[in-house]
Amino acid sequence: MKRPAATLLLHLALVVGALVALAPLAWMIAASLMPSGEANSFPPRFLPSHPTLLHYRELFTRLDLGRAFASSLLVASAITVVSLLLNSMAGYAFAKLRFPGRDRLFGGLLAAMIIPTPIAMLPLFLLLRSLGLVNTYAGVVLPAAATILGIFLIRQFARGIPDDLISAARLEGAGELTIYRRIVLPLLRPVLTALGIVTFLSTWNDFIWPLIVLTDERRYTLPVALASLVGEHAQDTELMMAGSVLTVLPVLLLFLGLQRQYIEGITLGGLKE
Amino acid sequence: MSARRRPLSNEVRAAAILLAPGLLVIGLFFLLPIGASLLLSLTDFDIYALGDLGNARFVGLRNFTRLARDPLLWISLRNTFYFVLVGGPLTIGVALGAALLLHSKLARWKGLFRTIFFAPYVTTLVAVAIVFRYLYHPRFGGLNRLLAFVGVPAIDWLGDPHWAMPAIILLAVWKNFGYAMILFIAGLQAIPESLYEAGRLDGAGYGQLFRKITLPMLAPTFLFLGIMTTIGYFQFFAEPYVMTGGGGPLNATLSTGLLMYKHGFRWWNMGYAAAIAVVLFLVILAATVLQFRIEKRRNA
Repeated sequence: MKRPAATLLLHLALVVGALVALAPLAWMIAASLMPSGEANSFPPRFLPSHPTLLHYRELFTRLDLGRAFASSLLVASAITVVSLLLNSMAGYAFAKLRFPGRDRLFGGLLAAMIIPTPIAMLPLFLLLRSLGLVNTYAGVVLPAAATILGIFLIRQFARGIPDDLISAARLEGAGELTIYRRIVLPLLRPVLTALGIVTFLSTWNDFIWPLIVLTDERRYTLPVALASLVGEHAQDTELMMAGSVLTVLPVLLLFLGLQRQYIEGITLGGLKE
Repeated sequence: MSARRRPLSNEVRAAAILLAPGLLVIGLFFLLPIGASLLLSLTDFDIYALGDLGNARFVGLRNFTRLARDPLLWISLRNTFYFVLVGGPLTIGVALGAALLLHSKLARWKGLFRTIFFAPYVTTLVAVAIVFRYLYHPRFGGLNRLLAFVGVPAIDWLGDPHWAMPAIILLAVWKNFGYAMILFIAGLQAIPESLYEAGRLDGAGYGQLFRKITLPMLAPTFLFLGIMTTIGYFQFFAEPYVMTGGGGPLNATLSTGLLMYKHGFRWWNMGYAAAIAVVLFLVILAATVLQFRIEKRRNA
C-alpha cells in the first residue's frame, strides 16, 4: 500500500475541509474589525488595514445591542435552569416512581414527540395573548420550560440509579421529595450538565419564537435584533459583521470550553436507538 | 397484582407533585395548541377575530380547498422539497465523508479537525445567514472573488432565481453537517474491528468492506439522521427570512414554513395559516413514516 500518498491525500482533504468550515467565521471576525468600506474594497482585503472597534462601539451605544445581549442571556439562562428542573422532576418520576398509568402516559408523550413545534405556534400565540404574555420574556420562556425530549433523556439516565439507594433512604425516613433533591439530583449531574449546555446554546440561537412573541424592539433577543438590523444597515457590512460576532462568539466560546459535555449532550439524543 | 392497597400512596403523591409542573407546561403550551391548530384551520380566524373572537366562523374545509388552488402554496412546497431532497442527502453525505476521514487510522490531529468541522453547527443561524449574505454578494462577496480566480464569471447567488436555492442549501450543509458527522463517528467506532478482519481474510477489498460492513452497520445512524434532518429541513425558515428578504427572488426561496409565518403573523390570516401548518405537518409525518417503512423493508 502507498501509505504516504494516502496519508498526504487524507490530510489535504482534512485541511481543505477545515478551511471551508472556518473561512466564513474568520472573515466575519476580520471584517468586523475593518474601517467602514474596507470589507468591500478592491482588491479584496482579508485582514483589516488598521483594526478598529468602532463598529462594536456603535452597536453598544447607538444601536443598543447590549440590551439585546442581556435579553438573550436572560432568556437562555431562564429556559436552561427551569427546563432542567422540570424535566428532571418528571424524568425521575417516570423512571423510578411507581404509579398507575405510568407507562401509558409516558408512551403517549413519546408519540407526541415527533410532532414539530411550529405546528403549535399559531394557537400558542393566541393562548399567550389571552394570558397577557405576548411581548414578555415569560412568553418566550414558559413554552420551553419543559420538553418531552428532555424528560425522555433524563428518564433514560435515571433508570440507572440503583433502587437500593432509594429504598435505603426511604427506610431512614426520608420523604420522597427529599430523596429527589438530596440523592437523585446529584446523581443526575452528568446528564444535567450535558443537557444544560445543549439547551442554553440552542435557545441562545433560537429565532422564530422570540421573533413572534417579542414585538417591542427593546425586548428583542440578539438573533431577532440582528435580523431587524439587516433591514436598515444592510449596506454597512462591517457593522453587520460586528453584530454577527457579538451573537456567535459567546456560544462558540462556550462550546470550545465545554466541548466534551456538549458533544455528550447531542449524542445522548442521537444514540437512543 | 393488587397495587391498590399497597403503602405506595406517598410514592404516588410524590410522582404527582414531580410530574405536575412539567406535564402542565407540555399539555398547555404544546399538546393543547396542536389540537387547537386543527380546529383553527377550520375557521376563518383573521385580524377581526383577533380583536373579537366572535368574528371567527367555522368554515369547514374551505381553507384547504382555497389552499389547493393557491399557487404560492405549491411554489413553497416545491421549494421546501427541493431544500429537503437536495440539502438533506448532501448534508448527510458530506458528514459521512468527514466522519470517514476522521475515523481513518492514518488521520492525525483528529480532535482538532473534529472541533473545527463541528464549529459551524453551534453558531447562530441568523448570524451566519447574514455572513453568507455578504459572501454571496455578486460584486464584493468572497465566493465570487474566489471563483474569479478559476475564471468563473460572477453569479448573483441570492438574486438569481436559479441560484438562490443552491446558495441557501450550501449554507445549510456548511452549518449542519457537523452534527451528523459526530453521530457517524460514534457509529463507526461501534463497529467491531473483528468484522473487518474477517472480511479481509475472505479477500474483500476496501470498497467491498465499505459496502458490505460499514454501510449496513451504520443503518440505524442513517435512519435516525434521515428522519431528524428531514423533519428539521422541512421547517426551514430563517434562511430565506434573513437572506432573500422573505422568500425572493420571485418566490424562489419561499418555504412553506415562511408562507405560514407570513399568513399567520404578518397578515393575521390565522385560520388560513393553520391550514398551511396542518399541510406541512402531514407532509412531515408522511416523510417520517416512509423512511421507517423503507428501513423495515430493507431489514425484511
